[in-house]
Amino acid sequence: MITAGIDMGARSIRVLILKDGEVLARGESTAGFDTAESAELAFNEALEKAGITKDQLDKIVATGAGRESAPQATDTVTDVGAAARGAHEVAPQARTIIDIGAEEGRAIKTNGNGKVMDFAVNEKCAAGAGSFTEAMSRALEVELEEFGALSLESTESIPMNAQCAVFAESEVVSLLHAKTPKQDIARAVHDAIADRIVSMVRRVGIEPEIALIGAVSRNPGFVDALKRGLERDVIIPDDAEFVGALGAALVATDE
Amino acid sequence: MAEKEFWRWKEYNWHDENIDWHGCDAITAGVDVGSVSSQAVILVDGKLYAFATTRTGSDSPKSAQKAMDWALEDTGMTLDDIHYKVGTGYGRVNVPFADRAITEIACHARGGNFMYGNSVRTILDMGGQDCKAIHCDERGKVTNFLMNDKCAAGTGRGMEVFANLLSVPIEDIGELSFQVEKEPEPVSSTCVVFAKTEASALLRKGWPKNKVIAAYCNAMAHRVVTLLERIGVEKDFAITGGIGKNIGVVRRIEKELGITALKADGDTQTAGALGAALFGKALLEKSRK
Amino acid sequence: MKANYGYMDGSGEYYITIDTDHCNNCSHHGCITGCPKGMFQVITDDYDDEVAEIKEEFRKKIKYDCADCKPTTDRPPLPCQAACTPGAITHSW
Repeated sequence: MITAGIDMGARSIRVLILKDGEVLARGESTAGFDTAESAELAFNEALEKAGITKDQLDKIVATGAGRESAPQATDTVTDVGAAARGAHEVAPQARTIIDIGAEEGRAIKTNGNGKVMDFAVNEKCAAGAGSFTEAMSRALEVELEEFGALSLESTESIPMNAQCAVFAESEVVSLLHAKTPKQDIARAVHDAIADRIVSMVRRVGIEPEIALIGAVSRNPGFVDALKRGLERDVIIPDDAEFVGALGAALVATDE
Repeated sequence: MAEKEFWRWKEYNWHDENIDWHGCDAITAGVDVGSVSSQAVILVDGKLYAFATTRTGSDSPKSAQKAMDWALEDTGMTLDDIHYKVGTGYGRVNVPFADRAITEIACHARGGNFMYGNSVRTILDMGGQDCKAIHCDERGKVTNFLMNDKCAAGTGRGMEVFANLLSVPIEDIGELSFQVEKEPEPVSSTCVVFAKTEASALLRKGWPKNKVIAAYCNAMAHRVVTLLERIGVEKDFAITGGIGKNIGVVRRIEKELGITALKADGDTQTAGALGAALFGKALLEKSRK
Repeated sequence: MKANYGYMDGSGEYYITIDTDHCNNCSHHGCITGCPKGMFQVITDDYDDEVAEIKEEFRKKIKYDCADCKPTTDRPPLPCQAACTPGAITHSW
């Protein structure tokens, strides 16, 4: 059986093709103005890498905020459902799953079999998602890729007062003007967002084994701040940003 | 913080030349140090005598002093002639010459009561970095309020981010927002960061700038109405503050509420300082009893 | 007076409302010790009444500070409300 999962995120679209439980290929594109077109790009990339045609796919399931606008999909699954199913595959021991994307963050509690028991979501506010870090790295004029590593060099913990990403940008600029070292500002930014995520995770309950998925898991500064906030280690699976797409492809297999 | 103008207005002062303050019984002043602008108002026996409105600098005490000095200009009055001085606004605890600090919420209600008459029940103050919704009684006493200074949506700052994105002077936003064939749906995001992303997508899709502006003014109006609903909107209704001068937002708020906002004779930006001066008068009388 | 502390952002509305008319004559001040985060304080307000308020530093993040008292399931009674004998405190979410 060959299935595909399409994760229609706010910023990126990710496609994963699965054959009898093995990952055949992945595809990725930036979500442009025409998301259907962007989905097609990622989808075709994955098909090409897998060396198959669309007709050979038994089932295609879409997930993510834009899941209704994936033209290829034969079915959809919620973000929470896909994240839980995908995380169960790659980190079966995890009962708490933290999934942070560009525009949304969520904490999910599962029963150990990939079934969702409970979840909490932060959406429609940039303060609790990847966009926050992105906006702050721009304000600091540091590449997003370097921003996380930079905060690991910090020697001093400073508080951030602003919650809103727009107001936080001004705060970052005034900290810069006050000659605050960039690495300390970077740490303050990551600590601030990690604090918000941790409080969301507490609402569903912190289990001993926690998995972190989504694109923000690539940011070492955030991961460090999150671990400190949770007072625990977190499992970051390989290809953590593809876990949603994997979950969708698995849901397609299950049905 | 980078010094930026969120809202353009004239820095100016005024005093009533027909009033002779010498020998008057109660001279009180209010100074409102906001995050963007600062005002000072002087009352002589409860009558508006002088005021000034200036930009807030990086230092609150200096900004308070500047506003006060400017209100006193050409009046022959000095700070020592004022019997009671009240500080209000974001920087109220940093007004060095103040006898007391009163919150901006209480001052806006009292100032609004004076400026618009005692029939005013709901006051919306839309500032550069916050938005306040106040319900008050016929004496100008607050009965219900909320203040949103956590989130930039619904503030002058949110509008500025948008004006920058579209490269449109902020003072033109109101007029431009009505230059559309048909009123568009509001942008769906209430978060400024996400609304920006959405607006960029709409521009790429070929929406004219004015239509995007209209959609944003619409979203902002809707958001402010949601804030107002929490405290309950009752007539008469008044809008003060910087965005109160943006007809693109104000008219849409009026339309959604089905209520027309009262017009005031004076400069509505001075409402907070005026209320502080009125508090000063009451406190002065109390202290003399 | 109904004092609403908190905010609305894209994700929702988060307000703690204190009906200060109920605070008058409260000598118990249960809110001060009732809240595990210590978010409340009793002050003399602009009208010279002794009332409770949420401290400034908590007002922009009550969604997060209250999170511990608001688990997604099995929510117990809110400690601030339980401690407030005059019944002046309500939450919007």
